[in-house]
Amino acid sequence: MTNSGKNRNLKRIFSGPFLAFILCGTLVPMGVIAYYGLTDRSGAFTLSNIVAIATRSHAQALGLSLGLALISTIICLLLAFPLGLILKDSKLGRKGFMVFVFILPMWMNFLLRTMAWQVLLERNGIINLALKALGLPLLDIINTPAAVVLGMVYDYLPFMVLPIYNAMIKIDNSLIEAAYDLGAGKTAVLRKVILPLSVPGIVSGITMVFVPSLTTFAISTMLGGGKVNLIGNIIEQEFTVSSNWNLGAGLSLVMMVFIIISMALIEKFDREGEASVI
Amino acid sequence: MALIELIDISKSFDGELVLDEFNLKIEENEFITLLGPSGCGKTTTLRILGGFETPDTGRVMFQGEDITNLAPNKRQLNTVFQKYALFPHMNIAENIAFGLKISGKSKDYINDKIKYALKLVNLTGYEKRSVDSLSGGQQQRIAIARAIVNEPRVLLLDEPLGALDLKLRQEMQYELIRLKNELGITFLYVTHDQEEALTMSDKVVVMNQGYIQQMGTPEEIYNEPENAFVADFIGDSNIIDGIMLEDRVVKICGAVFPCIDEGFGRNKPVDVVIRPEDIIIGKPGQGIMDGVVTSNVFIGVHYEMCIQAGGFEWLAQNTTSYPVGTRVSIGVTPENIQIMHKPQSEDEEAISLDD
Repeated sequence: MTNSGKNRNLKRIFSGPFLAFILCGTLVPMGVIAYYGLTDRSGAFTLSNIVAIATRSHAQALGLSLGLALISTIICLLLAFPLGLILKDSKLGRKGFMVFVFILPMWMNFLLRTMAWQVLLERNGIINLALKALGLPLLDIINTPAAVVLGMVYDYLPFMVLPIYNAMIKIDNSLIEAAYDLGAGKTAVLRKVILPLSVPGIVSGITMVFVPSLTTFAISTMLGGGKVNLIGNIIEQEFTVSSNWNLGAGLSLVMMVFIIISMALIEKFDREGEASVI
Repeated sequence: MALIELIDISKSFDGELVLDEFNLKIEENEFITLLGPSGCGKTTTLRILGGFETPDTGRVMFQGEDITNLAPNKRQLNTVFQKYALFPHMNIAENIAFGLKISGKSKDYINDKIKYALKLVNLTGYEKRSVDSLSGGQQQRIAIARAIVNEPRVLLLDEPLGALDLKLRQEMQYELIRLKNELGITFLYVTHDQEEALTMSDKVVVMNQGYIQQMGTPEEIYNEPENAFVADFIGDSNIIDGIMLEDRVVKICGAVFPCIDEGFGRNKPVDVVIRPEDIIIGKPGQGIMDGVVTSNVFIGVHYEMCIQAGGFEWLAQNTTSYPVGTRVSIGVTPENIQIMHKPQSEDEEAISLDD
């Protein structure tokens, strides 16, 4: 009793730095953002920074952000799920290698990787030079939403692959054998056993791709060339170019609400999905 | 015609031979048990029957039809897996209904079947429960229910009671016998537990190193083991080198024992099996040879003692306790002495001794 009590105290002490970090690094800044977002330059309370989302340019940026994030997430999911299946069934040695290959890009700074795409996709970039040499039509997607989606998928795909792969390798092989044993064919096994049991991984994968895609400004800046204005870019500009911290903070608060709503929707879909798949 | 016939099945994993020219016939409505130590090939045999492994050579016949390369989902048999393998994302009713839904049965039929199966395994009213909320024994029953609703011709059971505690295991043994009799289908049971095998089976197949060591009724396997491996694996036993002096007379540890076996020839070395419960302990001079009790452990119904006599340590079981150091005599009635041929070749010997 006393021993476990001591242990608990000890654990509390060791959790101290993390709690302090959460407090100073997350909760306090959130409070500051809320303060700026709900006041004007003079410090008086106002909702104008929040309502500003309804202005045409802001609403358009938000809509584009939601759309591109959704498309990227779907593409990542479509790529990652079959990949998870392949990785799950491959032999152990190859499995380690394949996972390594997909994790490898994460070791490099994502800004660098995005910049690399900028160079590759440029009008006179490597890809187009190669296409020209082969006499093929040129790829003209730099500074378009397509390039931004490409960047998002490239940067965030590992975050979709890992949780799905993790969920899939946890599926006991005897469950799959049991399904075959009970008469299920390949499609039925996939639909009724593997897919529903991968849902936790799919949900965290969606979360980990959708949220950063929704809020990114670096990818859209580099691959959109200022022509693809996402909500992240607008917020960034308010903080840097316009020095309007209040508006930036207000729009950030709106974004936060959008993210919370999307998460709640995913969660809801997840539960219903789990029930309906059966 | 046998229901299932395994013909010359060989299978190796990573160059290691698990089954070697294995042959087995399984009759309709039979409770047959594959018994052996781990690695003896019993589970591989079951998996080949279930369609989860393909034999390197040989054929699997089902009612005279070759099903060696038939996919598991096309076979008229169902498996109860070692770790139950219930689908965690479905409730009990959905688990049981899985196979029936796949085969496109009507809703009413499925509901009737679920009710019937749950009643059969004594879990009426568990339809809506989740898999996690069930104990190991209950999950095992559901796994059986899920398999039998599909009305398979054969139920394959892969050490289904391995994870249960002793009491529950014994209960489930009787439950399985009852189920088998009620359903009237063939049970192919795989286990390393000799007690399970002896309790439930119509026929026991003792396996080691991919070979069948002996096949027979539980009584035959227990009372007349054909070789030292079977004698050693099934229950406790004293396996002693002996010399068959002539018909009905065997010399063990320098003493002459009357027995009932004939036809071994004269002065032939043999293996002798004597079950510990068949050793009669008496006062010195009253038995066939004298010895000293060297250990004594109470193991429940009786005492298990080691008696040093004639250069061999005899394992004996008796309801009377003889303290360590007591001088006693030991004797055996002739019909309780089981004489076995010595392994003829080195290969055979390896199979017998290796465990």
